[in-house]
Amino acid sequence: MNIAFSNDAMKEFREIVARYPNKRAALLPALHLAQREFAWLPYEALEYVGRLLELPYSEVYDTASFYTMFKLKPTGKYHLQVCHTLSCALRGAGAICDHVKEKYGIGNGETTPDGKLSLVKVECLGSCGTAPVVQINDDYYEDLSPEQLDRILEGFKS
Amino acid sequence: MFEKVLTGHINIPDSQKLANYEKTGGYRAWRKALKEMTSDQVIEVVKQSNLRGRGGAGFPAGMKWGFVPKTTDKPHYLLNNADESEPGTFKDRLIINGNPHSTIEGSMIASYAIRANTCYIYIRGEFVKEAKVLESAIREAYDKGYLGKNILGSGFNLDMYVHRGAGAYICGEETGLIESLEGKRGWPRIKPPFPAIEGVFRCPTIVNNVETLACVPYIIERGAEWFKSIGPASGPGPKLYCLSGHVKKPGVYELPMGVNLKELIYEYGGGILNDKKLKAVIPGGSSVPVLTAEEIDVAMDFDSLAKIGTMLGSAGVIVMDEDTDMVNALLNIAHFYRHESCGQCTPCREGTHWAEKLLKKIKSGQGTMADIDLLAEVADHINFRTICPLGDAAAMPIQSFVKKFRHEFEAKVRKSAA
Repeated sequence: MNIAFSNDAMKEFREIVARYPNKRAALLPALHLAQREFAWLPYEALEYVGRLLELPYSEVYDTASFYTMFKLKPTGKYHLQVCHTLSCALRGAGAICDHVKEKYGIGNGETTPDGKLSLVKVECLGSCGTAPVVQINDDYYEDLSPEQLDRILEGFKS
Repeated sequence: MFEKVLTGHINIPDSQKLANYEKTGGYRAWRKALKEMTSDQVIEVVKQSNLRGRGGAGFPAGMKWGFVPKTTDKPHYLLNNADESEPGTFKDRLIINGNPHSTIEGSMIASYAIRANTCYIYIRGEFVKEAKVLESAIREAYDKGYLGKNILGSGFNLDMYVHRGAGAYICGEETGLIESLEGKRGWPRIKPPFPAIEGVFRCPTIVNNVETLACVPYIIERGAEWFKSIGPASGPGPKLYCLSGHVKKPGVYELPMGVNLKELIYEYGGGILNDKKLKAVIPGGSSVPVLTAEEIDVAMDFDSLAKIGTMLGSAGVIVMDEDTDMVNALLNIAHFYRHESCGQCTPCREGTHWAEKLLKKIKSGQGTMADIDLLAEVADHINFRTICPLGDAAAMPIQSFVKKFRHEFEAKVRKSAA
């Protein structure tokens, strides 16, 4: 894996660093940027971000591993994050997970063999009034039934 | 007649745009503060208004601002806490999407009051769209000259940035948020020193919730007396209530502070889903003690809820109908706190694991009467024994569920004995 920011990403990185009085504070935004560029955060990406911010790999890993959104392992192209905290659980989150298991064959933390789809149960997404809610990559899909989820996934196609 | 201010114009198209915010009187307060008021006068008006924090603790905002030292050569910082993640809470997301300039203008005024020249809005990482809404609103404010150098000729400088979290409930706790902003694990700090003295980058820092800051422009514009005339004087103002779970019309309702909980559920929320009977209500986000159906004739304000042994918290009202299995519901909550415990303090790190394990055992029918008592005891040993309130947040639901719905726990145990 060739790990280096594109020119545009490097420009963005420099803008990020300028917002803070020290480089360490730019770590979370820099990791978000790296994840956007490289799809996930392998060792090389963490090490690269560390070099840019003058931080040892160990400290980058220490921070990155604390946060659930930083992918230290690859996920599917479409990453289903099903909220299963109380309000969503009361309104059918369990049925969504059961449906994904039955129809697409993946359980919590699993990816389909073709790498298209992955599922993870996540904690409260802060959208309890429109439960159940599933975040697919960056986008929220709210007030969702299993059938609606199927239609959304069909819409992605490729 | 109560007038919605925080959400008054959110249903018009492009309500998030600066021009539409200005049509409703937006940024008048910012001009007024810069041109007609000193920093101390701003703090005084907010103190007079009795605005209390909307993030969960209910601490008086003006008093908090007053803790920032008057003489210091360090830079000061304002942090707008948009790390909304208390289960049952989704009001800040509505403000950000529908009325972002209110919390941005409030952040400007608060920055001026505490003499901060930098403000970060720390938003939970999952709110990708909302972060973009805030970023474009901030750009609009720069373009209009409301941010930047020598704002409106006042000599005051202010920069504002959006900083995204990355999935960690604990970063909503103010010192956890500060650590996270510094690029570290969100491990809460021991207080003192309090952030107002030594916060982010070891500088004086104030952390306020999105909704708290959104109230500020309206207070500056309309005055402390107007604010105090809404709801109980000890903690007044317009308030966003989040309604979720088994109700017909879940959503965010802007109402006067102190609306009756029963009215909120049955009139605004349309009653219980499928016309079932009510069993229980969590009034202020998953960390506050649960109420039984008999206890809901209560005013939803800080003091009234404290009087009956629970809290307003973040005003996340979670409604549970007669068919809800309370052992299951508590297991769901206990799982959340076990997952979100940052691992720093032993009572919380170990206790939340034990609580979840015991609940799984009771749920599976393998539990004993002694397990129910042990569960309550584990909660007692977490409560008040940790650096930050996550420990208390994990303990309070356990203590209240076991106390008020003990028969459901016992029924599972008896079943296993039979």
